[in-house]
Amino acid sequence: MSADSKTDRIQRIIARRRRHDRIFSMIGLLLLLMCLGTLVALLADLAIDGLARINKQFLTSFPSRFPARAGILSAWVGTLLVILVTACTAIPLGLAAGIYLEEYSARNRVARILEINLHNLAGVPSIIYGLLALGLFVYVFQFGRSILTAGLTLGILILPIVIVATRESLRAIPLAIREASYALGATKWQTVRHHLLPYSMGGIFTGIIIAISRAIGETAPLVTIGALTFIAFLPPSPVQPQPPFVSLEWLKSDFTVLPIQMFNWVSRPQREFHINAAATGLVLIAVTLLLNTAAVALRYRARKRVRW
Amino acid sequence: MSGALPEPVARPMPSLLERGAARPPDALTHPDEVADPKVTAEGLSFSFGSHRVLKNLHMPIARNLVTALIGPSGCGKTTFLRCFNRMHDLYPDIRYEGRLVLHPDGRNIIAPEVHPVEMRMRIGMVFQKPNPYPKSIFDNVAFGLRLHGVPAGELKDRVEEALQRAALWKEVKDRLRDPAYGLSGGQQQRLCIARALATDPEVLLLDEPTSALDPVATAKVEELIHSLRGRTTVVIVTHNMQQAARVSDYTAFMYLGEIIEFGPTERIFLNPRQQMTNDYVTGRFG
Repeated sequence: MSADSKTDRIQRIIARRRRHDRIFSMIGLLLLLMCLGTLVALLADLAIDGLARINKQFLTSFPSRFPARAGILSAWVGTLLVILVTACTAIPLGLAAGIYLEEYSARNRVARILEINLHNLAGVPSIIYGLLALGLFVYVFQFGRSILTAGLTLGILILPIVIVATRESLRAIPLAIREASYALGATKWQTVRHHLLPYSMGGIFTGIIIAISRAIGETAPLVTIGALTFIAFLPPSPVQPQPPFVSLEWLKSDFTVLPIQMFNWVSRPQREFHINAAATGLVLIAVTLLLNTAAVALRYRARKRVRW
Repeated sequence: MSGALPEPVARPMPSLLERGAARPPDALTHPDEVADPKVTAEGLSFSFGSHRVLKNLHMPIARNLVTALIGPSGCGKTTFLRCFNRMHDLYPDIRYEGRLVLHPDGRNIIAPEVHPVEMRMRIGMVFQKPNPYPKSIFDNVAFGLRLHGVPAGELKDRVEEALQRAALWKEVKDRLRDPAYGLSGGQQQRLCIARALATDPEVLLLDEPTSALDPVATAKVEELIHSLRGRTTVVIVTHNMQQAARVSDYTAFMYLGEIIEFGPTERIFLNPRQQMTNDYVTGRFG
């Protein structure tokens, strides 16, 4: 009967489609496991080599000719300070530029050209930013091979990421919400301040997390501006015992960062230095995860206040 | 026309007569001329780019009464409504011509020197789809009050008053801190009305406020519109002719960016002067 044959046909089609579904999900799972496996192998390799080396001495000592006496104090302090400068420049600038481009600027040809170039900028190799910084910050502005120069360099490097994330998050807010705000007589800034920014904070934080994580691991642009690998002192303390109690001298200090220290030790012939490098790698990953966790917590708080 | 189908018979909207009791007693006595206009359109035209959407509109909006804008989709009713609070100014490439005068101070709403924010602070709007902010019920209503500089100490009372006027207070008074998105669609729309009413606007614009609501919620919003008569000037765009007949004092029928006919709602529905109006309100086209 024709009704039966039609049912049969439909069931055959369904069976074929379900087979496709299963095959695809298996391929997906396999690829996911491969990626995760690679990551776990990398981490395990680092941990086997370096975990035992991480102790108080390692974290509180300066680099040394003797592998056993060497440490990463100047490197992790350097990383934190450089990232602090990076965050303080890239986040406010990126937010402001993103808000301006998305909410204020006219939708004309200039805006379109800017938009295309913004995406291009996000893809420029990082060493190019190093060259730019060497010319601009080191030679023209005379900032030296300092924490300030390094922070600004990484800041420019991640600026496009922050801008794009801000724009995308703002764009995701429904037009109806904007109109609801404007219809009550809110100005553009009031709408941005009380509605658009709070509602898009989750997405913006995600972009900032990605950007900062990338900055922490960057080595090439810092090598280009001439970061030193052997730093046996800490930058001047930002807090002073006498007025004005705060000092910005540390910005002018020489510095090294974790990935550069790691690179230095990897390129030594002695096996003990390779162990130091592995340990440094673990610390670098830990710092990244720590900052990410803080950012995820911030994002969670930002999202909790907005209740769709 | 196929010969088998009988011609639809022109007849007055039955609901208008059946629901006559719900209408205010003075509703039938509205004169043709609006004696006390709150707003008058004087040769108002509006264009998106080179496309002229509104063409030389002339009509009054009666003070503290309800005026309905009806007409088929794309006739420009919503575009007209959005002129009143300069919503079009949010978008590029638009042009107003003519005058849209707000009485009694005689301000031309669409004049370039009049700041859109002034008009939006004086004229409230409720949209087709409920659009509460993803904040608490309280903060939704309080936002406009804060923009108007209402001191924090008075916020609570003013929010309650607005929710009372929007007939929502009883349902939400114990959960003012809950998210607005937890409310039903009808409650969300009344919240949006409360939000617009909180700052006591001179004119309230309603853009198809019940098209996303079920009949029960619609009835509540219509009751609410009734309760605003005498205190607030209301302009309502609606696709639902029964609704226009039920809630409005004056009605304008629009078609292709022009006002075909304007008059007291009863006359427009029972005794239209234009053939096109007659065809539309009897459901023969549109």
